[in-house]
Amino acid sequence: MAEVLVVVEATREFGVKKVTLEMLTLARELGTPSAVVLGGAGAAEALSAKLGEYGAEKIYAAESEEIDGHLVAPKATVLAELVNRVQPAAVLLASAQEGKEIAARLAVKLDNGILTDVVSLDADGTATQVAFAGSTIVKSKVTKGLPLVTVRPNSVTPTPAAATPAVEQLTVAVTDTDKLARVVERVAEQKGSRPELTEAGIVVSGGRGVGNADNFKLVEELADLLGGAVGASRAAVDSGYYPHQFQVGQTGKTVSPQLYVALGISGAIQHRAGMQTSKTIVAVNKDGEAPIFELADYGVVGDLFKIVPQAAEEIRKRK
Amino acid sequence: MNIVVLVKQVPDSGADRNLRADDNTVDRGSANNVINEMDEYAIEEALKIKEAHGGEVTILTMGPDRATESIRKALSMGPDSAVHVLDDALHGSCAVATSKVLAAALGQLGADLVICGAESTDGRVQVMPHMLAERLGVAALTGARKLTVDGGTLTVERQTEEGYEVVTASTPAVVSVWDTINEPRYPSFKGIMAAKKKPVRTLSLADLGVAPTEVGFEGATSAVVEHTRRPPRSGGAKITDEGEGGVKLVEFLATEKFV
Repeated sequence: MAEVLVVVEATREFGVKKVTLEMLTLARELGTPSAVVLGGAGAAEALSAKLGEYGAEKIYAAESEEIDGHLVAPKATVLAELVNRVQPAAVLLASAQEGKEIAARLAVKLDNGILTDVVSLDADGTATQVAFAGSTIVKSKVTKGLPLVTVRPNSVTPTPAAATPAVEQLTVAVTDTDKLARVVERVAEQKGSRPELTEAGIVVSGGRGVGNADNFKLVEELADLLGGAVGASRAAVDSGYYPHQFQVGQTGKTVSPQLYVALGISGAIQHRAGMQTSKTIVAVNKDGEAPIFELADYGVVGDLFKIVPQAAEEIRKRK
Repeated sequence: MNIVVLVKQVPDSGADRNLRADDNTVDRGSANNVINEMDEYAIEEALKIKEAHGGEVTILTMGPDRATESIRKALSMGPDSAVHVLDDALHGSCAVATSKVLAAALGQLGADLVICGAESTDGRVQVMPHMLAERLGVAALTGARKLTVDGGTLTVERQTEEGYEVVTASTPAVVSVWDTINEPRYPSFKGIMAAKKKPVRTLSLADLGVAPTEVGFEGATSAVVEHTRRPPRSGGAKITDEGEGGVKLVEFLATEKFV
């Protein structure tokens, strides 16, 4: 079976990201999964056990300071060379900022079609995408070149399938043009041990109704009790209640968790665009007419400052 | 500094949006078409740089006839002129082909700095800045929440999932911005009147030296096979809190195995 290249998403702090395991699971349906690690020195070593656990038969490792110290251009150059050499059946990347950027450059280098925000991919190359804020399901195909797709986090259930990957070091030969955008500083500000927003199985979000930044502790408390991530509506972010990187909506992150809890969020279209493909939606809002209730599988009309602490207490009791 | 801002006309994301039944492209005919929201932040950033460092701001749009409305709206915020890439053969173009056309136009405009929104609200594909940078052989600093210009050096602060990073490059470069970067100005009455007289140059594919077969449906590198409307979610149970709302909420979560 032909190789399927999976470009690994990982973070320094948490290692291999869940979306990578989803891509490996998907790749096994399409061919033989090979993981591609593009990073600094020693990057592959730390990730190989996990990649093998989810079925990577091979790991291509490109490790250099040139990759680590610049935005995506060197990664795309290395990947393009690899694609030309191994002629894979498909190339999968994560549908997040970096994955999309690498894919964008690869598409131009190879004059190849590209599909983003893919939630499933058939063996014949037909991809399913969710468009227009989850209101339209699109089936599409790359018609020039190989299937080059970015996979949306939380689209596939990752399942382990142990393999013992052989590691092949790639030669990194990049041009001066690849080194134009230099990273001069990286500042970590990830909060605590909460799961990453787009990958979390449970997301608890607060909106304007939360009232102020301090009250977001309530949202965080419920998220922690449920083992979820914290999100915020644009209204809450614009009001300065919570940082922008946690914004869910049309101009923020798109999430598709098993459970989405909306607290004090009215459900403006801006917000719905980022969360309405969630499997189960629960809402608490004092306005019984709020549009969020049109989406919610379970809605409680009332004061979130009474309901949320009571719910937190009840969860503690049951634990 | 010679700055070009990419502006895309999109169907209003606040209203119902569809793909056309006949050719699977975005239905613009029945939609309320507006400037892609993120592009207004790009225009604002360009105007701020011009105000601080001098230079010129040009709007670049690829789109059908009706995109003229968005071009005038963009000009009313303050840019000097606009270029409209307009050609019937462009209908149905994929992102790869679009980048070819825009890169050809940018090549003619000779910009020091290209600024665009991080993504459009219709496709949300987010690939254009890097596709253009790849074609033009310049740097792409994407997803900026802060941009500093110091002579020919650009420094961008960009959000990442773990925090943020500071990235730098020399001009010429492409920079894409999120809506956290500034607060776009509203066009003044004077600005709206002035926009009507600002020069808008039209470029065809022939002007750009791009063959019609390289774009549109014929030159597309991907195709929509079919599309369906997802059934709207229907609301489930809704209760009013009478003192036990929190407990009932957890009972629901327990039946769904979340607790």
